[in-house]
Amino acid sequence: MSYQGKKNIPKITSERLLIKGGRIVNDDQSFYADIYMEDGVIKQIGDNLIVPGGVKTVEADGKMVIPGGIDIHTHLQMPFRGTSTVDDFSQGTKAALAGGTTMIVDHVIPEPGSSLLEAFERWREWADEKACCDYSLHVDITHWNDSVRQEALSLIKEKGVNSFQVYMAFKDLYQLSNSEIYEIFTFLGEHGGIAQVHAENGEIIAEEQARMLEMGITGPEGHVLSRPEELEAEAVFRAVTIASQTNCPLYVTRVMSKSAADIISQARKKGNVVFGEPITASLGTDGTHYWSKNWAKAASFVTSPPLSPDPTTPDYLSTLLASGDLSVVGSAHCTFSVAQKAIGKDDFTQIPEGVNGVEERMSVIWDKAVVTGKMDENMFVAVTSTNAAKILNLYPRKGRIAVGSDSDLVIWDTDAIRTVTAKTHHSAAEYNVFEGMELRGAPLLVICQGKIVLEDGNLHATAGTGRFIPCSPFPDFAYKRINARKQLAILKAVPRGMYDGPVSEFSPMSRGGTPSASTRNSPTKAPVRNLHQSGFTLSGPEEAPVRPAGRRTFMPPGGRSNITSLS
Amino acid sequence: MSGYQGKKNIPRITSDRLLIKGAKIVNDDQSFHADIYIEDGVIKQIGENLIVPGGVKTIDAHGRMLIPGGIDVHTRFQMPDRGMIAADDFYQGTRAALAGGTTMIMDHVVPEPGVSLIAAFNQWREWADHKSCCDYALHVDITEWHKGMQDELEALVKDHGVNSFLVYLAYKDIFQLSDSQMYEVFSVIRDLGAIAQVHAENGDIIAEEQKRILGLGITGPEGHVLSRPEEVEAEAVNRAVTVANQTNCPLYMTKVMSKSAADVIAQARKKGTVVYGEPITASLGTDGTHYWSKNWAKAAAYITSPPLSPDPTTPDYLNSLLACGDLQVTGSAHCTFNTSQRAVGKDDFTLIPEGTNGTEERMSIIWDKCVVTGKMDENQFVAVTSTNAAKIFNLYPRKGRIAVGSDADLVLWDPDTTKIISAKSHHLAVEYNIFEGIEVRGAPLVVISQGKIVLEDGNLHTTEGSGRYISRKPFPDYVYKRIKARSRLAELCGVPRGLYDGPVCEVTVTPKVMTPVTSGKTSPVKHVPQPVRNLHQSGFSLSGAQIDDNVPRRNTQRIVAPPGGRANITSLG
Repeated sequence: MSYQGKKNIPKITSERLLIKGGRIVNDDQSFYADIYMEDGVIKQIGDNLIVPGGVKTVEADGKMVIPGGIDIHTHLQMPFRGTSTVDDFSQGTKAALAGGTTMIVDHVIPEPGSSLLEAFERWREWADEKACCDYSLHVDITHWNDSVRQEALSLIKEKGVNSFQVYMAFKDLYQLSNSEIYEIFTFLGEHGGIAQVHAENGEIIAEEQARMLEMGITGPEGHVLSRPEELEAEAVFRAVTIASQTNCPLYVTRVMSKSAADIISQARKKGNVVFGEPITASLGTDGTHYWSKNWAKAASFVTSPPLSPDPTTPDYLSTLLASGDLSVVGSAHCTFSVAQKAIGKDDFTQIPEGVNGVEERMSVIWDKAVVTGKMDENMFVAVTSTNAAKILNLYPRKGRIAVGSDSDLVIWDTDAIRTVTAKTHHSAAEYNVFEGMELRGAPLLVICQGKIVLEDGNLHATAGTGRFIPCSPFPDFAYKRINARKQLAILKAVPRGMYDGPVSEFSPMSRGGTPSASTRNSPTKAPVRNLHQSGFTLSGPEEAPVRPAGRRTFMPPGGRSNITSLS
Repeated sequence: MSGYQGKKNIPRITSDRLLIKGAKIVNDDQSFHADIYIEDGVIKQIGENLIVPGGVKTIDAHGRMLIPGGIDVHTRFQMPDRGMIAADDFYQGTRAALAGGTTMIMDHVVPEPGVSLIAAFNQWREWADHKSCCDYALHVDITEWHKGMQDELEALVKDHGVNSFLVYLAYKDIFQLSDSQMYEVFSVIRDLGAIAQVHAENGDIIAEEQKRILGLGITGPEGHVLSRPEEVEAEAVNRAVTVANQTNCPLYMTKVMSKSAADVIAQARKKGTVVYGEPITASLGTDGTHYWSKNWAKAAAYITSPPLSPDPTTPDYLNSLLACGDLQVTGSAHCTFNTSQRAVGKDDFTLIPEGTNGTEERMSIIWDKCVVTGKMDENQFVAVTSTNAAKIFNLYPRKGRIAVGSDADLVLWDPDTTKIISAKSHHLAVEYNIFEGIEVRGAPLVVISQGKIVLEDGNLHTTEGSGRYISRKPFPDYVYKRIKARSRLAELCGVPRGLYDGPVCEVTVTPKVMTPVTSGKTSPVKHVPQPVRNLHQSGFSLSGAQIDDNVPRRNTQRIVAPPGGRANITSLG
């Protein structure tokens, strides 16, 4: 093996590879051409390429060559109460590669109160040591204050993180208040970050959980009963509102229900910059299994927001994915063994949450969306890699087959049929939420960093070969619109003379915004009192223009101005 | 007028008798021509060729419309605000209401946080009993929440005839309740059979926006609307709907001011939620462009929360939703302050006392905007101005209908009168009228309250203190029939399973989940009979197919399909 196991060195190896006769599928078009790659980068695309002799050649025989998948949401090796998820960065990325995914983006979850930077470095260390494919990191903001702000800033500026997640659920643990979310979104909007939200109303969930347990419902069905999809939709709506107020691009992780997806589509129609991420599980299965009599099986489906008990949900979400209302697909892969899940055997609120999906992601989408005619192969590429690369600002290095792009490629076999089962999957978990599903479409050959890692069903992955890919702020895909709106959304005060009429006595306490009291004296002092200028009259008509110049009114694409009023 | 005793709660105030001849009686379901005979403040007979005692005062209606007197479901007369008191007290306010064809008002009791709800309620009763010129009822606002207040709510419902309570999602650090508190309040309200009213705006975001706007140097009334964009209203409406669905509690949105908030209500109704929307005179009759007026005093007169929308097409939109039934009742949210009171906030819009006028103009504005334009007919007009309100608040058919046995609160409506609204001629104590200069068609010709003529030939004959407190019973059918049916359906059961007997991972002590939950959960769980461990019965296996794998739905799963809704959205708890 010629790999050095070193990171951030662009030329890992001088492997050369030629793919002949493939049909290259990007998100915009498909065409037949040969691809020549060297040093992990695509060097030439075209017919009759002139390549050095002795190059290893792969015959694609007209099969599809697609950019390797990007799984934008994983929780590999996630610490949990002293243990960690069963799929570490090695096991997890192997499963990813086996499914045709050549890059993952993991979530760093700092304990509330601890340093973001330290947590980030810890995750880097884990992943550098074990990852078999390239990776990036999202950082979750689990508490908020000025020092967190400083750390987040340095993560954006120096560490290559451009996306941060906030939690609206997990009351008294990760959950942030509306005011904190407002401040975080304002901060991210200024510095070019993407605001991700875990959208569920944690307060109501806490009430519902208490109610369920009181009724004696302690099994996994209590998990979904205490987290009805309305609570997800409500939180999405709130997040959209705050993002729109703060003019910050929003990314909703784990869209699990129809109603949440509907809110995202509506918001997009009104012009909000919002991206929705359904996950493998919400596209591939449903929440009826929470009622399984097999506790261990039911528990393996526990994730938040929960899978919807409405069995038509996966189909609905696939449709929205195909129509572009939902943008990217992650797996939220976060697996626990049965013994770990059993921590909550007497109380569903204690069951560790997470489902598998990193390996099945590409095939589930192909089977549910492309085979059924909902989307074409180009859209398939868009939702599995290109859109993710654009949001992360990695495009066109990732998510596209073009000269200069990384040679993360997959030869996709549209006709392969396999049955998903825990017996053959590459995850360490005993259960697979897609158990028994027959899926059409599978990777035939996977090339990662210019090296063949899957061939003839055999994985040749090496732990530690994965590189950290830094993401830079202000991705065009999200920020072109945000920046344009920033320029438009300037507010002006109405110039008026000073009011010089009588003023009532009042006791200053007990109403009006207390928090704003601190900031208000300085700007007011400006106008000098001038009785001739005074605009005050006690009555009578006066000529107020119907639309004064100071009013912000503009139309975002397709939206009503008063709904998308950006500020 | 001599006949009145000025006493309250005596059903027969006077033996005034009155006959109205040749009227077109308009109820919410039909219109028909008939005579109507009134005695002791109650409608005694309806029909033709009535046999009535001699010497009865007779009004000839000449075929004009006779409608049930309006019910203004939302007023804030005499409301205290930081040591000031709203300019229109119960006397001035109810006079204005009567002048506009409204014969009953429902005022909001706003207890200062820390003050007992019952004490505040009694205070309001005292004010209104002394001054009110027409019948009234009271909503009680819940401005803080802790467990002990449950008893006060119960007392108000059972002993004081209150069946509606308002919670605030705005006014951070003053009146605002958290989502958990709202959930608890709604649960209590549902058990008591009352209506949950919500002032819907996201107070957290508003507080941030206010800071930002003041930071930009915007201190005038335009800052009020800039810091409270309509999205923030719609967000709160959506949240309230969600919590109401979870708790299976009927919801009533006060002051629907924007298109997006109204849309959220309309959507929720389509999904089967029991929710009612109340646009107010101001949101139906004018818009928020006036916040940019160069005349500070005028701009400040429009300050109310949620603010009037700066989108000038909003009133028309709300009128359309009112006409199609997506919004059901109209209030005025009448809460007026004179200019010197408003001027408390001359250097900081967040200090301007909030509220607009509208109790006098309400009926005419709706007639002009909805009936004249052909959006609704006269029957729907009656529905949105009185009948629906009477049904929701359990006053029907005593109020809101012209029928034998109903209260004789009637209005002879002249659809052809045109008048121009002006502060010079209104019956209010304030210098500004937000509808200044608007020409409206439709006005009351004669107003009868408690069987007595109080408006005739443009002259008001009101008596201070003649208004009675109308107590309301809980569980109004109009609202609770559906709620009750859903309560029965929405029972949840656990899945009976064998005990899990596989390996359990060791965990460190730090609890993963919610602290508040732990307290409530120990005792009830113990009562569940623990299944006897039986290895043969155990459903646990590490992998492989289960007998139930192919069964898609358990019968324990709650799937309730409300009319027109998707089950998973209106999942009732």
